[in-house]
Amino acid sequence: MARVSRRSRRLTHLGEKLFSALSLGSALLVPLVMLAMGFDLAWSSLPALKQFGWQFFFTEDWNPVAQSFGAASSIFGTLVSTLIALLIAGPLGVAIALFLVELTPPGISRVVGTLVELLAAIPSIIYGMWGLFVLAPFMATYIQPFLGRYLGFLPLFSGPPLGVGMLTAGIILALMVLPYISALVRDVFLLVPGVVKESAYGLGSTTWEVTYRVTIPYGLVGLIGAMFLGLGRALGETMAVTFVIGNAHRLSLSLFAPGNTIASTLANEFSEATEPLYISSLVALGLVLYLITYLVQVVSQMMLRRLYRSWNVGL
Amino acid sequence: MRPRPVAPRKVINILVSIGAWASALLGIFVLFWILAELLIRGLGALSWDIFFKLPTPPGVSGGGLANAILGTLILTATATVLAVPLGLLAGIYLAEYAANAKLADYCRFSANVLMGMPSIIVGVFAYTLVVVPLGKFCGYAGTLALAILMLPIVTRITEDMLRLVPNTLREAALALGLPRWRVTLAVIFRAAKAGLITGILLAVARVSGETAPLLFTALNSPYWFSGLGEPFPNLPVTIFNYAMSPYADWQEKAWAGALLITAGVLVISILSRTYLSGKNR
Repeated sequence: MARVSRRSRRLTHLGEKLFSALSLGSALLVPLVMLAMGFDLAWSSLPALKQFGWQFFFTEDWNPVAQSFGAASSIFGTLVSTLIALLIAGPLGVAIALFLVELTPPGISRVVGTLVELLAAIPSIIYGMWGLFVLAPFMATYIQPFLGRYLGFLPLFSGPPLGVGMLTAGIILALMVLPYISALVRDVFLLVPGVVKESAYGLGSTTWEVTYRVTIPYGLVGLIGAMFLGLGRALGETMAVTFVIGNAHRLSLSLFAPGNTIASTLANEFSEATEPLYISSLVALGLVLYLITYLVQVVSQMMLRRLYRSWNVGL
Repeated sequence: MRPRPVAPRKVINILVSIGAWASALLGIFVLFWILAELLIRGLGALSWDIFFKLPTPPGVSGGGLANAILGTLILTATATVLAVPLGLLAGIYLAEYAANAKLADYCRFSANVLMGMPSIIVGVFAYTLVVVPLGKFCGYAGTLALAILMLPIVTRITEDMLRLVPNTLREAALALGLPRWRVTLAVIFRAAKAGLITGILLAVARVSGETAPLLFTALNSPYWFSGLGEPFPNLPVTIFNYAMSPYADWQEKAWAGALLITAGVLVISILSRTYLSGKNR
């Protein structure tokens, strides 16, 4: 009897050890994959970086025939399309969060919130097709001629209304990151203690004054964190952008002009690249995107964590 | 301090409220706009042939997407089989063990970074890891890329769901003399079942529509496949190629495929949401 129980205890102990080792191993796999990805990209982009040096990041020329590659237009396009997306989705997301938290009863708020979140469930290739076949013609016939007529004196809105281009890509990106931003901002707004808001209402403030002077300052760190998360999403979004940006390796001030982003260049050219230097240059583009994303993630997580920690202490 | 007049404050408030209403309506409007276009253009192109026939060259009428549909199901399934057990275990470590808080924090941070990593970068990673050594595009690389995308999602969701289980349950089971792993699998998992299933379904839905990580890993193929060791047909890349092509009949098929994949993804997301909220009530 005693022996059996000892053996079963030993077995139990073994099972426990095995299980905790397995779970630790799986948990370690996550940072391992993240780091391996960075090293792998850096290693594979070495030939291109050796060949072109720092000039790689500042050269506009991208010529597979001449084997001369520069990342400038891709990096520029990534930043510009993301900036447009955030300029549109930031205010819209905050407005939707305001609507969900302050302006509607919980029942409606839940339905509307779910519907907006469903925007995030639609695969990016669907946004791409919709952008190419529906939004781009709409932009070319209505929005771009309108902007061109009234703001055409700015270099930003000059050029023929092609439909596809930087502006359309930015708008599609805005729609794609909107659900993420609005959901996060709503959570941040909900975290603001009711007492704080109610005391402001008690002083006779309007809903907007409470939001602008109490809720937003209170959750500012979280708001910035949410914007950064949206930024991270927009930077690397691939398929939707590839459909509508026009795919030209060119720097242009005009938002109507076709351009490209790092992600769209990879999507368009990677499977057709054969020469080692070409592939290596593409991977180097990927490395740039990896590093930018990493940085953005670090900042946004720091912001959100600081928010939650300070509030846990404060409450 | 001089009191500010009330009227302009009210006007501003009303304007902002209108703006907030308009923004919410715009979000919903775009959702329905996209869905309506998908239904109108996709339903017209949908037929039984789509499900049962192989693709045809442009201009040849008939044909379908049978290989791509089955291929996507297989790629998603293999990635799920690969990523879900690992993600569950990693989540268990973070929620239940995590003796070393710093290490756990770093794992959590990495999972968040990986979740925010553009899927096309994951594709490049899988390319250098599998396609370069093997010298050819193949289904395995696609599976790997999708699995890497799923792993952090499953990990974080598992951790969150396990944390929702009250500690008293854990302590009661431990007090009965059960070893930790039995407590986790037999008690905690059962208590967190609804959340875990939902999370895994959402991860599957997220990954099944991914195109970018498959572009240069699984690539695509217009034929039937005999294994994962060759270029693997799949719906997202087929949609991409067809939609970007100049042929009208290919574009129509792209809309049919797009409708299928969106319907699949949305049905999974909505079902799992209602399942979870039903369980929670």
